[in-house]
This record gives sequence, C-alpha cells and structure tokens, in this order.
Amino acid sequence: MNYQASPWAITIFLFFVASVLAISYYFARRTKSAEGYFAAGGSIHWSVNGVAFAGDYLSAASFLGICGMIATAGYDGFLYSIGYLAGWVVALFVVAEPMKRMGKYTFTDALDSKFNSKGIQLIAAISTLLVSMFYLIPQMVGAGTLVRPLFGLPHWAGVLMVGAIVIIIVATAGMASTTYVQFLKGALLIIFSLVIVFLVLFNGLSTKPDQGGDVPYHEFIRLEIASFEGENLSLEDTSYSVKNVWNTKKIGIAKLEREGEELFFSIDKKNNALQECLFVTHLQDGQILYNGAPKADERFFQVGSLSDINGDKNGETGTLNLFDFTGTIKNSNVTLWGKEKVMDGENTVEVYFPKQVSGKDVLRPGLKFKVEGTTKDKLDFASLMLALFCGTAALPHILIRYYTVPTPADARKSTIVAIASIGLFYVLTLYMGLGAMTNGVIDLTNDNMSAPLLAKSFGITIFAIISAIAFATVLGTVSGLIVASSGAVAHDLMDRFFNMKLSDKAKVRAGKISAVVVGCIAMVLGILFKDMNVSFLVGWAFAVAASANLPAILMILFWKKTTAKGVMASVAVGLVSSLTIILLSQNTFNDVYHLVNVKSPMPISNPAIISIPLSFITLVVVSLLTKKEQVVENG
Amino acid sequence: MSHGPSIEWKKDNAAKIKSRLGIVLFIVYTLVYAGFILVNLVNPKLMAIDIGSQNLAIVYGFGLIILALVLAVIYNHICSRAEERLNNENETNNNTKKRGSE
Repeated sequence: MNYQASPWAITIFLFFVASVLAISYYFARRTKSAEGYFAAGGSIHWSVNGVAFAGDYLSAASFLGICGMIATAGYDGFLYSIGYLAGWVVALFVVAEPMKRMGKYTFTDALDSKFNSKGIQLIAAISTLLVSMFYLIPQMVGAGTLVRPLFGLPHWAGVLMVGAIVIIIVATAGMASTTYVQFLKGALLIIFSLVIVFLVLFNGLSTKPDQGGDVPYHEFIRLEIASFEGENLSLEDTSYSVKNVWNTKKIGIAKLEREGEELFFSIDKKNNALQECLFVTHLQDGQILYNGAPKADERFFQVGSLSDINGDKNGETGTLNLFDFTGTIKNSNVTLWGKEKVMDGENTVEVYFPKQVSGKDVLRPGLKFKVEGTTKDKLDFASLMLALFCGTAALPHILIRYYTVPTPADARKSTIVAIASIGLFYVLTLYMGLGAMTNGVIDLTNDNMSAPLLAKSFGITIFAIISAIAFATVLGTVSGLIVASSGAVAHDLMDRFFNMKLSDKAKVRAGKISAVVVGCIAMVLGILFKDMNVSFLVGWAFAVAASANLPAILMILFWKKTTAKGVMASVAVGLVSSLTIILLSQNTFNDVYHLVNVKSPMPISNPAIISIPLSFITLVVVSLLTKKEQVVENG
Repeated sequence: MSHGPSIEWKKDNAAKIKSRLGIVLFIVYTLVYAGFILVNLVNPKLMAIDIGSQNLAIVYGFGLIILALVLAVIYNHICSRAEERLNNENETNNNTKKRGSE
C-alpha cells in the first residue's frame, strides 16, 4: 500500500490548526491568573467539559489502535473499548465529586488535602510526570506515523509539528484553550465516526469488496497440489515451478516462480491446495520489497473480506442495520491474515498467509488473547482488563479536568456526558473495525491505518477529514498531558514542595515555562522511540497509573485511618512494582530490547493484577504502623 | 499560596446519600464487569452461544457499555434530587453558587 499526500487533507488540517490557534489567542487574553491557567478559571460549562473529556480520552490509541486491532483480530480489539469505558464508572461513582471537593489544580492537591505532607507532594508529582510521559511518548510517535501517509512528511517532522502546535496551545492559554480544542476534536471525532459507520452499513457486506468500484477486488490464486511429502512439492499446474518449501511451526510455505516472477503460497494440507500470500522481502542491502516490488509500484494490495456470506461464496447483502451487520458476520466466514517470517537465502521474508476463520470466532474473545490457553495466558487477560478498569480514574490528565467546572455537581454531570459520548464512540469502533475487516481496506504492514483507509474507500474528502481529525486527536490528548505535567512542576513541586511562595503571576509564568520544557522533552522522546509499538506504551501508562494512584485515591476517600506515610508508600510501591514487572516482562524483552530468544524472568506481561493489590496492602500496613506518629505530626 | 481546596465548599447535606449510592452502583457494575471476565476465563466457549441473531459476547459487551450509561443517569437523577431537597432547606441557591473566576 502506497500513500500519497492529499492536498485536501492538508487544506482541512491547516484549517483545523488555524482555528485551534485562534481559540488559543482568544483565551490568552482572559487567562492571567493561576486558576485561569491551570483550571480554566473553573468556569467551563459541564456539557462542554463532558465532550472535552471525550476529546482528552479518545487518543490515537483509541481511534487508530482499537479499530486496527478489531480489523485484524476481531472482538479482542473491542475488549479494549469495553475496559476503557468501564473505567469511567469508577471515575463517576467514586472519584468525581470528592476529587473536585478536595483539590484545586492538580491530583496531588486532592491526595494531599488532609495531610499537607511534603512527601505526598513529591511522590504524587513524580507519579504524575511519569504517567504523563508514558502517555506522551505513544501520542508523539503516533503523530509521526500519521504524517508519513497523510502529508508525505518524515516521522520527525510530524513529531515537531505536533510539539510546536501543542506548546503554542498550552503556553498561551493553558487549560482554557486546551478545553476548547478537546471539545472541538471530541465532537468532530464522534460525528465523523457516525458518518463512517452509516456508510459501512449502507454499503452492506460483499464477498468481493471493491471499495465502491475504486479498487478492483483481488482474486486470490489457488493451486491444486499433485503431491506433497516432506519438502517435495509438485503441482497440477506446471506453469509454476517450486523454488523452496518451509515447514514452520505455524504453517507450510512455498516459494514458486512463474514467468520470472516470484510468489509465496501457504500450503493448505487439508484441502490439498496452495493459497496465494502477500510478502515483504527485506533484502540484505536494506531495501524492502512489497510483493516483490518497491512500495511505489503498489503491488502490495489491501486485503480483508468475507469468504462467504451465510454460506454463499458470491454473496452480497445490500444495506444492513446495526444488528443484521454483526448477525450476518456471525453466520459467515472471514479471511483473516497470519504472519510468518522465513529466511530465503540471505533475505528475510515476512509472509502474510490467509486463514479462514468462522464469524462465530471473530465475534468472541480469543483470537489475540488466548482465553482458552494456559493459566498464564488467562492471568494476562484478567490483568489487562483490571488495568483498563482501574486506570482511567487515575490518569492525571483526566483528573485535572474536574477542576475546570464550577461545582462538584457539575463535575458529576460532565462525567455523565463523557460516558455517553465515549460509550457511543466505542460502540462505533466495533462497526468501523469490522467494516475495515470485510471491505478490503486493510494494509497488512500497518493495521493502525485501518480506520482512515476505510474512510478512504468512501471517497477522498471523507478520508481527508478523518485524517485531519486523527491528527487533531493527537493534539487534544497531548495538550491535556502537557497541562497536567506543567501543573505538577509549577504547582506541586515549585510552589508547594520547594515552598517557593510564587505569586499568582509568577506561577502562571512557571507553568508556561514548564509546558514548553515538557513539550520539548516529549518531542525528543517521540523521535527517539520512533519504532516503539504505540498501543504497548498506552497499556503501560494505564497499568502504572492504576497501580500508583488509584489505591491512594480510594483509601483516602473511604478509610479514615489512612496516613500520609501510607499514601506515600502506596504510590511509591505501585510505581516501582508495576514498572519492574513491565520492564522484566517477555513482551518488553521481545519488542523493546529485541531479545527474541531470551526467556524473561517475569511470567506475566500485564502488571495490574499483582501491582494494584500490592499497592493497596502497602497502604494499609504502613498506615497502621504509622498511626500514632501521624497524630503527633498533626498535633 | 494556600494549599488544599481553593474554596470552602458549603456543607453538602446530600454528600452521605450520594457517596453511599455511588458505592452501591459501583459495586453493581464491578460485579457485572467481573462476570464478563469470569465467563471468558472459566468457559470462553459460552461467549459464542446465540442470543437472538447475535451472540453472548456482543450482547454482554454492548450491555456493559449501555449499563454504564443507564447507571450514570440514575445516579445523577437521584443525586440531583437529593441535593435539591436537602441543601435548599436552609438556603436556596446554595448548590448552584459559582465561584468567582478571578
């Protein structure tokens, strides 16, 4: 799949950026005080704040990552949608109002409101900064990934562009401009997701999707096997000659040649046939070929289709409603794609082979997360679902949004608007993901682009709009994170921990300088971590936030014996234990350190199921041990 | 600069009802959510059984999203009424009083 810069996309994007900057300058004149800068003067209407929550929360990981994962792994991607939304229940029922009541600008304020403890101020600020950084890196990397296909610019240009725009948004008017940028982005994202889903349903399903006639459906070659034993393969069709055969753990792969052209096939022993594959060849000199040709030749076609509809191999449904759409997929079979690496002489070849999967299995968990696997697999699954559930109400950039509304009742109401809009969006992710899965739009080398490419199959205008929104998605989330970090530095650390007694004006200046510094650090990290898997890091941020922050928040609210030392110990233990598990896990060994055949010391990859209870226990034990001390300190 | 809350909130007489209701609804949702995880861990095949034209995974998944919204609306409704009833006895306008923006 080759991407060309679309002038439409650039125009719409520039228009969006211009309006965002206009908003920032408009609010800059009105935000002179610290309260104006860090909390938008506490004067945002709850309905605006609710949609801004959605803009804040629905990051690139939600829009690109979840849709891409559903497109390639079915229901398992939707598990993220379910978990991310469930987290808001914790935020609404337990955290929203007390958070607003106890705090002023930052989450640290709320933790510290009963204690006035230096230790809490320091550790909570560190926690805020760490979680924000983990969350910032994937957003910046995502920005870089997006500009390549959309504007034809290199990775670093995307990172610098986002960094610069966000620094302007935050440094001019802080939370006020950030809020309206997020409001705009959240509303646009939901409206245009609705449009895409409407178009998906309107077009219905077909076994030969041709993107509305724009891209002809690729008929896959199927060859009959004459005989196959060990590595000796011969075919009925003698115009193909067999060049090589691999029997890997997953599947048999054959390299064939016909009229000087090399092709890869997977060996389907059951049906005694070969199936055409897609392949990416990494030549020794660093050159990469897609289906045997450079990317610009566009030989690497998009995939994704139903192999039959209700048993009919040439089926077409016409317009469907929401229920018939999933119902039809359930009763059909889907062609999904597996990936296997083989060595062809000196070249490494990634072969993408077709798999027939029943619609029944696509629409239930299990393709990616092995819920039917070993205890360890099950534990990983449970741990992920726990982290998603507990993470939301502990994310600093979400928590600071409670300080932008006038009253605790408004905090509650805005959370409900957030649940409604975010819930609606997550329902739509399932249809967008399944739409991409069945409409022949998936680029196997980059499943994150599934949603934008689905939009592209409906026309270049909607593609341009969706691309601009995807980019804006990064702007909204990044600006929220930078406000949170700048609050942690200027308010929690400088003003309170170091007791610098900043005047209101000086505090705003300190906040703005911190925003610029944090923004620059984020840009550098975004460029350094270029090849890092995006959804991976968001998972880290959730797990770390849930382990470090949530136990402290909950216990302060509901357990009177909680002491300052208990809170400190709990946050510290949560941070350290979750990070240790992540850094020593098998996923990190493989994907981050690239130690492919090394067994990691940690049995599970998602820390939440260990680190959250550990953090709770620490809080209780330390609080009980330091009970008397606390009385003296306070007295 | 002072620390802690930016303003002293008027005493919220409805606080007790609200927090108790919040915990109850939180527990209700947590149980339903835990049920979803448990079915997947104990008997993942159950997720594939048909419910009408859909299957359990779709119904349960969408159900969790819709349940969150339904509980949220119920919670808000009861909280708002409790606030009106309990906080307006002594003083009207108590709850909607906004803080100054400067």
